[in-house]
Amino acid sequence: MFNHDIFEKNSIIMLIGILIVVSIGGLIEIAPLFFLESTIEKVKGMRPYSPLELAGRNIYIREGCSSCHSQMIRSLRDEVERYGHYSLAAESMYDHPHLWGTKRTGPDVARVGGKYSDEWHKEHLVNPRGIVPESVMPGYPFLLDTPLRFNDIKEHLEANRMVGVPYTDEMIELAESDLRAQVDPDGDTDGLLARYPKAQVRNFDDNAKVISEMDALIAYLQMLGTLVDFSAYKAEGPELR
Amino acid sequence: MFYLAGLPRFFKKKATSGMTRETTAKARLSIDGWVIAAALVIGTFYAILTAARTEDPVMSVHAYLFAGAFLFGIFVLIKAYYDTSERQVNEPADAPIKYNLDVIKAGVIASVFWGIAGFLAGDTLAFQLAYPDLNFDVSFFNFGRLRPLHTSAVIFAFGGNVLIATSFYVVQRTCKARLPGNFAPWFVFWGYQLFIVIAATGYLMGVTQSKEYAEPEWYADIWLTIVWVVYLFVFLGTLWKRREPHIYVANWFYLAFIATIAMLHIINNLTVPVSWTSTKSYIVFAGVQDALVQWWYGHNAVGFFLTAGFLGIMYYFVPKRAGRPVYSYRLSIIHFWSLIFMYIWAGPHHLHYTALPEWAQNLGMTFSIMLWMPSWGGMINGLMTLSGAWDKLRTDPVLRMLVVSIAFYGMSTFEGPVMAIKAVNSLSHYTDWTVGHVHSGALGWVAYVSFGALYCMVPWLWNRTQLYSLKLVNYHFWISTLGILLYITSMWVSGILQGLMWRAYDEFGFLEYSFVESVEAMNPFYWIRAIGGACFVIGSLIMAYNLWRTARGDVRDEIRSLAPEPVPSPIAAE
Repeated sequence: MFNHDIFEKNSIIMLIGILIVVSIGGLIEIAPLFFLESTIEKVKGMRPYSPLELAGRNIYIREGCSSCHSQMIRSLRDEVERYGHYSLAAESMYDHPHLWGTKRTGPDVARVGGKYSDEWHKEHLVNPRGIVPESVMPGYPFLLDTPLRFNDIKEHLEANRMVGVPYTDEMIELAESDLRAQVDPDGDTDGLLARYPKAQVRNFDDNAKVISEMDALIAYLQMLGTLVDFSAYKAEGPELR
Repeated sequence: MFYLAGLPRFFKKKATSGMTRETTAKARLSIDGWVIAAALVIGTFYAILTAARTEDPVMSVHAYLFAGAFLFGIFVLIKAYYDTSERQVNEPADAPIKYNLDVIKAGVIASVFWGIAGFLAGDTLAFQLAYPDLNFDVSFFNFGRLRPLHTSAVIFAFGGNVLIATSFYVVQRTCKARLPGNFAPWFVFWGYQLFIVIAATGYLMGVTQSKEYAEPEWYADIWLTIVWVVYLFVFLGTLWKRREPHIYVANWFYLAFIATIAMLHIINNLTVPVSWTSTKSYIVFAGVQDALVQWWYGHNAVGFFLTAGFLGIMYYFVPKRAGRPVYSYRLSIIHFWSLIFMYIWAGPHHLHYTALPEWAQNLGMTFSIMLWMPSWGGMINGLMTLSGAWDKLRTDPVLRMLVVSIAFYGMSTFEGPVMAIKAVNSLSHYTDWTVGHVHSGALGWVAYVSFGALYCMVPWLWNRTQLYSLKLVNYHFWISTLGILLYITSMWVSGILQGLMWRAYDEFGFLEYSFVESVEAMNPFYWIRAIGGACFVIGSLIMAYNLWRTARGDVRDEIRSLAPEPVPSPIAAE
């Protein structure tokens, strides 16, 4: 029989043995995802986040929203009926990191964009049980009073470009003004909309004096799941179960 | 505590008889002391520079924290340099080995402290879900920020300290060798505490990567990597100095845990910081790739941090406490290699029916089911070690705790593969069932085996003949067990109920329940779970009191139906 002594008497051989054994599974499962068509396909409508949406996404991350809200609609009949078309890999292709989540203490938000008004989101975030009495969500009144920090938004876009998000030089150069433009419905938004099609331009928290964290978060929530046009998208994915 | 035995030959192999383990009087600081001192000086400058340049308020707080901790370390080293009183010269080779026990004592204290803190944080979250006004709608006290605080505190602060402390104990004892260096083990200990403090304060101030169980941002990750590499070398260094021909089985598991966690941690946290003075970074992987890397990491944090490491504890403390050798040497070999091979594949079961390709889901499911076998092989090896000593379960509550932990290990490693089956997972995923499953493993297995090890180690480390009170161990055991049962049964019911409500259709073919109706239905179970959690916290407080009195040398006046604590050596049977 194979003699195990060689491992038991030599810590380095044991260490190498361990590293080889634990590398195999990961390599076989993970490496193909960087090449397979289904995981890297591009779908019409997908674009990088606008600077305001990105800032809102970072607030979503900061507050730990993904510990209770998933952003991944599984290909199951009841989920598709409740939340909309099942999520495509391409829909999170610019997500660093992904926010699929693992727990639904609250509902999935992958397609929450456009389902409720800005006013609803604002009131709900400030006092969830004022809108939904049975809710167990914490309130976030402080978002309304906190001005959004975006002096380094340009660097945020640059860091995203370094990890593969196709932000152009123009997008990076104009990041700060694009961010301001998105909360100013009276201003000139042609450039913003050319760079970020379907970007929604509104004063999201109904307070024109200051760009608050609430503005950014609602802008992010209102765009979730709105980029891909599913009336035109041909689903080749798995059948519904 | 930092006395200078000053071994100049840092990773010296076993000393042969006749030679002397000499320590030179010339060197006032051992090599590792000088290396650490140099690193701390550089680190201090860099931290102060960062604090001066950053515009990020959290980074500024953290930079000062780092600088303060580094300065404290430098102060300790300077003090050690001038404190020459305890230096020893020319110690004979046959003198008894001077194990480094102080760092383990510190680890025991830290484990108990972080354990209680983490359990309390978890129970706070449980009450917040039952009664949401307890969030108080303040940023740093909201569920979303407290949740990573709880998971990190219990897994990394409590579990990590238990693993570091027990591994230092086990590796020294089974190798009959002292940990290398005088300061390196302390660097591991304090460096790890610093990582915990940085991570925890970061969450409360809103710094997180949002990757589950890998929430700390890039600078905390880099710091942990440095600490972890030193940990690996302290562990390996002890193995290299060993006076036993074989490496004992517990150390295989510890080594696999340390090495694999390093690999997982580094790859899953590959990230590009916004700037060197910003707390925020962007993970290099996107979307589906990031999801699989994350769950490859996440599931193996369970497999290697919460399983392999704690199996190391089982393989040392159960035989020791039972006074019986490990049941089967051959089974431990099979158990070891098959467990570490199969665990790595199981990650995709966290992503069933998602945008992950189906073949990867199926592969993950298959290996998850196969994983049941090595898991139960380990369970059998642990339980059967009690052959001939089962009667001790009646009289020794510490052994009972250890054995029940193995039983919980068996139960949750059966439940896990069941939940990894796609059909089951379509119901259980996203629900409280997962939370209950995690806690049957975390409370029943990880915490219980840790408590058992702590109850064993405190009398050994503080040189006491027995624990302060076995009756209190008994109370701890029963109160916590009641708590665990309340927890997992309520989460089974709520999780399955949730899953069924989400997929229920009425007679007209419409979804029967709105989401919020399912939230409302959870409320009674959230209360039961919170009460179960409170029982667990109370149990841990009883343990803390008992261990504190034991360390002081007190013995409670109670009728003992028990022989003194057994201390035979564990030898694998073949």
